[in-house]
Amino acid sequence: MTDTQWSTWEVFHQTKRGDPHEHVGSVHAPDPQMALQLARDQFARRLKCSSLWVVRTSDIVMTDYQDPTFFAQTTDKSYRDPKAFDAPEKRHP
Amino acid sequence: MAEMSEAARLTDFEARIDRGEKIEPGDWMPDAYRQNLIRMISQHAHSEIVGQLPEGKWIPYAPGFRRKLTLIAKVQDEAGHGQLLYAAAESLGKTREAMMDELLSGKAKYANVFNYPTPHWADVGVIGWLVDTAAVINQTMLAQSSYGPYGRAMRRICYEESFHIKQGYDAVLAMARGTAAQRLAAQEAIDRWWYPTLMMSGPPDSMSTHSRLALRWRIKTKSNEQVRQEFVDHIVPQIRALGLTVPDADCAFDAATGHHRYTQPDWEELKRVVSGHGPCNQERLAVRRKAHEEGRWVREALQVAS
Ligand SMILES: [Fe+2]
Ligand SMILES: [Fe+2]
Repeated sequence: MTDTQWSTWEVFHQTKRGDPHEHVGSVHAPDPQMALQLARDQFARRLKCSSLWVVRTSDIVMTDYQDPTFFAQTTDKSYRDPKAFDAPEKRHP
Repeated sequence: MAEMSEAARLTDFEARIDRGEKIEPGDWMPDAYRQNLIRMISQHAHSEIVGQLPEGKWIPYAPGFRRKLTLIAKVQDEAGHGQLLYAAAESLGKTREAMMDELLSGKAKYANVFNYPTPHWADVGVIGWLVDTAAVINQTMLAQSSYGPYGRAMRRICYEESFHIKQGYDAVLAMARGTAAQRLAAQEAIDRWWYPTLMMSGPPDSMSTHSRLALRWRIKTKSNEQVRQEFVDHIVPQIRALGLTVPDADCAFDAATGHHRYTQPDWEELKRVVSGHGPCNQERLAVRRKAHEEGRWVREALQVAS
């Protein structure tokens, strides 16, 4: 039997409860359990970690870098930005 | 979106690089950019993997439990670096199996420096100190690479490398402050590793075929000569501060340039060593092939179970 290319899995790392899970890289594994174990060895063998997620790379749906129109803003959206308003920053004096 | 011509795409790509923007896996990129990256990243990955061997050999003989644990952790980090880099190359469409085959068949190149023997414990300290310092200077530069996944892998790796350098320095320091025999052993290890370490950053760029494209597309941001000079300027004062000697009588600080002068290594030796004819190339690959064969049943079992 020759070696077969396993899936890659994207790894998301949460340092402590309450923090967001952040993408830290990927591992190469035949199944999700193995992906989690490898992710632990690769991304959590030194610093603090409270949770890891793995997602099969091919399952991620992504925008197309080649399509700049997707994020294009046709109208002025500055009114959505708190900085656009001349009001005191502190809401509770 | 209207289909762009190849020429327009290239112009667009180069403009993006000139603005300092990063290229990501889904982006259009010239084939030469992709191939250059695959070559560089996979060679880098192989270097980390083979790089476990010269030091790994000393794990059973490390002087003391703390140094043994430290060395195990350092060697494990190098395996992790290899994995991170293989993953970055995979993002360019190269399969891990193809990279493994290229390494095991002897087709792939990897860093010259791991094809030299480590006859003494002092070599472990000097590798951590000198070789990893040279690696960090190169990798700090590569952290700025225009290819996003390569830069991200480098930033993670550089963090761990600083532990490698410190543990190596600490091992050499203990010997430099030790008996006459220990000082001599440390000096002999520096003598062995000085020129191979200088060669690590590669031949002068005028001789390097790949360097021009890699610089133009900001895959790397400094020339081989710049990286080597940075290493020499950084390490020479450190070596001398320990009362040890740089094995190059002409190595001296030049006030006019603000840099150290040094003797160029033997570039013919570098060619021999990276093309498979160094002192330990056969031994290194034999160990890797054996490990790969002995791990085959594990891969097959995982494949069946999944
Ligand atoms: Fe490394
Ligand atoms: Fe290292």
